[in-house]
Amino acid sequence: MTPSPDAVPPATPSPDESSPATPTPTTPSPVDEAITRAHREEWARVVAGLARRFGDLDIAEEAAAEAFATAVERWPRDGVPPNPGGWLATTAARKAIDRLRRESLRGAKYREALMTRDDAAPPPRGPIEDDRLRLVFTCCHPALSMEARVALTLRLIGGLTVAEIAHAFLVGESAMAQRITRAKAKIKAARIPYRVPSPADVRERLAGVLAVVYLVFNEGYLASADGKPLRAELSDEAIRLGRLLRTLLPDHGEATGLLALMLLTDARRAARVSPAGELVTLDEQDRDLWDRGLVSEGHALVRERLAAVADGGEAPGRYQLLAAVNAVHTHALNAGETDWSQILALYDRLAAIDSSPIVRLNRAVAVAELDGPAAALAEIDRLAGSLDGYHAFHATRAELLRRLGRNGDAVSAYDAAIRLAGNPAERAYLSRRRGETAP
Amino acid sequence: MPRYMLSVFGPTERPEFGGYPSREAMLESFADTGAFNDKLERDGHFVFADGLEAATAATTVDGQGGEPVFTDGPYLETKEQLGGFWVIEAADLDEALALAAEGSKACRGTVEVRPFQTEESVRALLEP
Repeated sequence: MTPSPDAVPPATPSPDESSPATPTPTTPSPVDEAITRAHREEWARVVAGLARRFGDLDIAEEAAAEAFATAVERWPRDGVPPNPGGWLATTAARKAIDRLRRESLRGAKYREALMTRDDAAPPPRGPIEDDRLRLVFTCCHPALSMEARVALTLRLIGGLTVAEIAHAFLVGESAMAQRITRAKAKIKAARIPYRVPSPADVRERLAGVLAVVYLVFNEGYLASADGKPLRAELSDEAIRLGRLLRTLLPDHGEATGLLALMLLTDARRAARVSPAGELVTLDEQDRDLWDRGLVSEGHALVRERLAAVADGGEAPGRYQLLAAVNAVHTHALNAGETDWSQILALYDRLAAIDSSPIVRLNRAVAVAELDGPAAALAEIDRLAGSLDGYHAFHATRAELLRRLGRNGDAVSAYDAAIRLAGNPAERAYLSRRRGETAP
Repeated sequence: MPRYMLSVFGPTERPEFGGYPSREAMLESFADTGAFNDKLERDGHFVFADGLEAATAATTVDGQGGEPVFTDGPYLETKEQLGGFWVIEAADLDEALALAAEGSKACRGTVEVRPFQTEESVRALLEP
């Protein structure tokens, strides 16, 4: 999330964590900024520490929310504490104990919690021992539905309010709250463990975690449902999660690959939708609008992975390969300078580990640039069976048909793409292209 | 230790060889399942396991009224019915899922993993 005051929890401590955020002040005071920063940097650590100590995500979430609400109340009056993270962790632990004390039925748990006297002890900071990593793997457990994983991750790791998550996914607030409650109940009832998977399982489980983060990113970058074409808060949150995963798992190339992929994609955000609200394809984007800082950060990460692989490291997985594709695109000063043979070679490697029709569709775009539209069309027509319901299949086909002068067929393909595209900017773009294609 | 029920479902009307492609395949699966059960016992996970007769052999009883009402057949009218199950003890869901994957392979069926209620969860039901 951007350092937006929206991230600050409600000013009044409220038992309902989903109540709307405080109104955005025009110029945030230093205290407001400190609270926003603490929320961004410490939320996940506070929740994760409580989850480990109390063994209950409900208590962890609620106590963390209460601690931040207390900060909102007290810091403007008493000043920002010298160690905001420690203050929040301690306050949250007291809140949790208060709650347990109120709930007699949890008597055993309460006594157990009191016995662990690490009130003031700093939370462990080493990457593998980091409680946040445990929390990530719990939230993204394969026994939970994808929707539940996304919602839990955004709430417990990202610190978004239920209202914010509901809004981002165009779901009613009570439905989203229920989704999160059910997921937490399943974690508890089925005893989904709170730990980092064993080395034998960690790679597969990490792939599941990365898929959650990438889904959040894509939902922000090219929202599938009606509404705003871009939901920057989701892309920003995904990048923040990506940075956290890279910090926690520096030796896992795919975590770095996903971060690089998101940075290199997000760098093009400002160029991607025209002022008129129309999608701008890569070849037509104003490259001066690209965020050079993000591009160079992404390139550095891709170089780091290339060096690691050249050094005898593990072969790159899908995110590293897709990041490399995006590095090639963002390296070109203009669309004409794109090194399509590199891109095709990367897609060939990707197809070797992931033979899904979507990979083959993207590969065909590179084929069109190198061998012409007829060759590419022949390849993608073979995918019709599996991709008939996917707008990008018809959009790609439409472009190729148009380039081949088969305008009548192109118009029908545009029609199919427009019908299936959920994103308004994409529909606007496709409608214009269709209009420009004389049948 | 938490308990889980691992249930295996199969067609209500059982075809020849219980749905296995051949007699040999059926015997092979029985042997694999037996070996899996032995492993469960050895590693301290085993509580109970058995296969059920076809659901057509079931009788449904409603004893809530004055006289009990007996109905021929299973409670749910579905194309697939519970065919057998294990009750196991496992440290957590990850361990239960790993065992279920082995059981699924041995019995050639999809396995549903469901936790049993615990003293704590039943107590929580009684609290508001």
